[in-house]
Amino acid sequence: MNTFLTILILLFIVIAIWQIVKIYDLTQVSTVVIDNSEIANDEDNRINGNLMLGFLVFIYVITIVCFIRYGDFPLMSNAASEHGSKIDNLMMVSMVLIFIVQTVTQFFLYYFAYKYKGQKGNKALFYSDNHKLEFLWTIIPAIVLTVLITYGLVTWSEIMNVDQDEDPMVIELYAQQFNWKARYSGEDNALGKSNVRLIDIDRANILGLDEFDPNAQDDVITTELHLPVGKPVLFKMRSQDVLHSAYMPHFRAQMNCVPGMITQFGFTPSVTTIDMRKTPKMVEKILNINNIRVEKSKDLQEKGEEALDPYEFDYLLLCNKICGKSHYNMQMKIIVETQEEFDNWINQQTKFENSLIAQK
Amino acid sequence: MSEYIEFDPTEDHGHHHKETFITKYIFSQDHKMIAKQYLITGVLFMGVIGILMSLLMRLQIAWPEEPNIIFEFFLGKWAPDGVMDADIYLALVTMHGTIMVFFVLTAGLSGTFSNLLIPLQLGARDMASGFLNMISFWLFFLSTVIMVASIFVEAGPAAAGWTIYPPLSAVELAQGGSGLGMTLWLVSMGIFIASSLMGSLNYIVTVINLRTKGMKLTRMPLTIWAFFVTAIIGVISFPVLLSAALLLIMDRSFGTSFFLSDIFIQGEVLHYQGGSPVLFEHLFWFLGHPEVYIVLLPALGIASEVISTNSRKPIFGYKAMILSILAIAFLSTIVWGHHMFISGMNPFLGSVFTFTTLLIAIPSAVKAFNYITTLWKGNIQFNPAMLFSIGFVSTFITGGLTGIILGDSALDINLHDTYFVVAHFHLVMGISALYGLFSGVYHWFPMLFNRMLNKNLGYVHFWVTAICAYGVFFPMHFIGMAGLPRRYYTNSNFPLFDDLADTNKIITGFAIVGGLIQIVFLYNFIYSMFYGKKSPQNPWKSNTLEWTASMKHIHGNWQGQIPEVYRWPYDYSKPGYDEDFVPQNIPMKKGEIEY
Repeated sequence: MNTFLTILILLFIVIAIWQIVKIYDLTQVSTVVIDNSEIANDEDNRINGNLMLGFLVFIYVITIVCFIRYGDFPLMSNAASEHGSKIDNLMMVSMVLIFIVQTVTQFFLYYFAYKYKGQKGNKALFYSDNHKLEFLWTIIPAIVLTVLITYGLVTWSEIMNVDQDEDPMVIELYAQQFNWKARYSGEDNALGKSNVRLIDIDRANILGLDEFDPNAQDDVITTELHLPVGKPVLFKMRSQDVLHSAYMPHFRAQMNCVPGMITQFGFTPSVTTIDMRKTPKMVEKILNINNIRVEKSKDLQEKGEEALDPYEFDYLLLCNKICGKSHYNMQMKIIVETQEEFDNWINQQTKFENSLIAQK
Repeated sequence: MSEYIEFDPTEDHGHHHKETFITKYIFSQDHKMIAKQYLITGVLFMGVIGILMSLLMRLQIAWPEEPNIIFEFFLGKWAPDGVMDADIYLALVTMHGTIMVFFVLTAGLSGTFSNLLIPLQLGARDMASGFLNMISFWLFFLSTVIMVASIFVEAGPAAAGWTIYPPLSAVELAQGGSGLGMTLWLVSMGIFIASSLMGSLNYIVTVINLRTKGMKLTRMPLTIWAFFVTAIIGVISFPVLLSAALLLIMDRSFGTSFFLSDIFIQGEVLHYQGGSPVLFEHLFWFLGHPEVYIVLLPALGIASEVISTNSRKPIFGYKAMILSILAIAFLSTIVWGHHMFISGMNPFLGSVFTFTTLLIAIPSAVKAFNYITTLWKGNIQFNPAMLFSIGFVSTFITGGLTGIILGDSALDINLHDTYFVVAHFHLVMGISALYGLFSGVYHWFPMLFNRMLNKNLGYVHFWVTAICAYGVFFPMHFIGMAGLPRRYYTNSNFPLFDDLADTNKIITGFAIVGGLIQIVFLYNFIYSMFYGKKSPQNPWKSNTLEWTASMKHIHGNWQGQIPEVYRWPYDYSKPGYDEDFVPQNIPMKKGEIEY
């Protein structure tokens, strides 16, 4: 790749020198004489006017290429949570809208630039105002936006208002530089009190739980996030050091973790990890990624390095707020499974009261 | 100032002010010289650093594993054996953002064109206070020096993102860059804000008080309207950032807890109790969002002027343009919360900010449609300035439209801090404002240096830049929609994103070409400054007053009396006149109607 870059840079230097020489020649002739040679003439107008049309084509081409190449919209379909499809629908409506506006306005912009390219002797139309037109293109965006705002706000409040009647399972997401922990609230479905000042590494009280709080005794702390499918979950986010953001793209969920306060986000996972791996889109995506990894492994093995493992899909929790050196690798695996599998797994975990190391 | 107003046209002006090299070129109080100083310090010097940093980042994103000799050359100890350090990547992200947003596009853009054009287009001999103007520039210069110096600090420059959210920016244990580097960042920004406030106050006073006879508010060029409103937003919002910076300095150095609470880091509990990082976010974005318009409005003003002049047509809907500038400015101060939908603030606030944010689309749409209508049935002269202005309208539309998605709180949940956001704001404020800046430089270069820029180099510069800008930022939306978070040093820890690696390489390719083509501009600029063709008096056949002033820079701008204004500045191709332009200082004919 370095060679490619070097060649590119050299190429540009050559072009720059060529231009410099050309300009130098041009300017040698007359540096004092005032003339209009640096002002666009008919020839310039013709060339640039045509290029305007060309550029319109370029914008359309790049749009089409992008949609074909990346348009499977992993974040606009295949949502793994119940509210996810609402966001996806809103996204689709908004995308269609801006796609239309973009296509039409760019057309007029560049087409007019092409059509009305200047020529000596032509005179422009003196046309300074038209209240009807102004009114029209104030009121149309206003109406469209009213619809969009209403749609957006309804969706937003549906997502953000957690329905306590549904009895969501309360789980704490705990962020620290640079990893995640999950704390399950246990059978009482209530998280024990906690504060960073109670953290006691020697006794393995890593999240600073209050040892004497009865609610804390059955809490379970894990490094993997397991969720039962179809069960509403209410996440309580906490951070012990800097801002982090708990980003779960497949569930269309994100909330910052703020030291000194508890934030929350609730959703209901709707597709198990195993089912998600079987969806046609995901099968195709994984196949594609694995092909890329095989190619990469070949290069690596030539250099005498280890090959990459084949990739298998898992839901992920990523950190999405700049948090320091290893921000790029702050992740936790999320596994969505049946209630039965979940119960099995959670019962194997150690409860907080049993995890403390006795004081010497 | 009064001495200039009572200027006697019969006297030779040069006798009044014996100028030494120092008062003319260094501690100059002349607005034209100060404009040039801003242009060279803010745009040329800082711009090169900012763009270089972005190229280093792009190289890292595209080829994260491979050692690169370029890294070793530029980053030295931060890239042992050519492998970039993760800390310095974040520092590059931070410094690129800071430099481009504040130094290039705020000080560089406003500083250059407000200073140059406000007195010239209003018919004033100079700014209201030349002295304050000089202080403003030198404070800016000082802040530039400090910011650049902070790059060379032992533990690295500030690396908490240009938004410097605490606690990351406040606690040195969290990150090396949060030590001396961050202190210098804060000091530099404090001085920068002082400079910006002085400049803005000066612009406001000048616009209100020093308009020439006949220059009613409704006859002011849209450039002046844009600079005027920009200055007002700056005066309203910059002090809030200053207070945030001061409180952060207190937290960092004097043990207060405005923004910090309950922190356990590297095995120790810090004493902070009761503060909130969300408070900082509010204070920061109260400036941070208007800042976007501080960057954008001058570009809108420049584009209005350039598009009208080069279409040889009046700007369509002059009054609607003014109203939409005012509406955008007003709305810009009440939308800051759309950066904080998922910060943990009350979801109801999110609804309010979604509402106000999406409203901005209305005045923005009016502006875009008015520009397009201005082109309709024009006689378009494709000078390089015009190309950049058309490019500006194009990226303003493309980038603005995705704002409708990001401003919608429900959609922001999933796109917040992904590359979708990076693509959006780079197009709508980065590239658009840069185009506005270039457009202004090409258009007013004759006014600045009394020489012309080479047009063919200008054409090459525009077309390559335009293709690269779309090549970089259009695909970037799609990798954002695939869920790729921004500010990741490498994506190789997520096999999920392996299929985006190729796209990142393509983007980097466009970025390198787009970055390097700026050398052509740089060359054109520096060469033409000294050896360019001499400019005719009014090369673009423009109506505004600056083209009636002496092209050779003299103190007081006009030989003889200040011109009087009789009409609005957009009488292009007006029926009843032979020429296709009627400058503002030409009296109205009998029975002629003003626009």
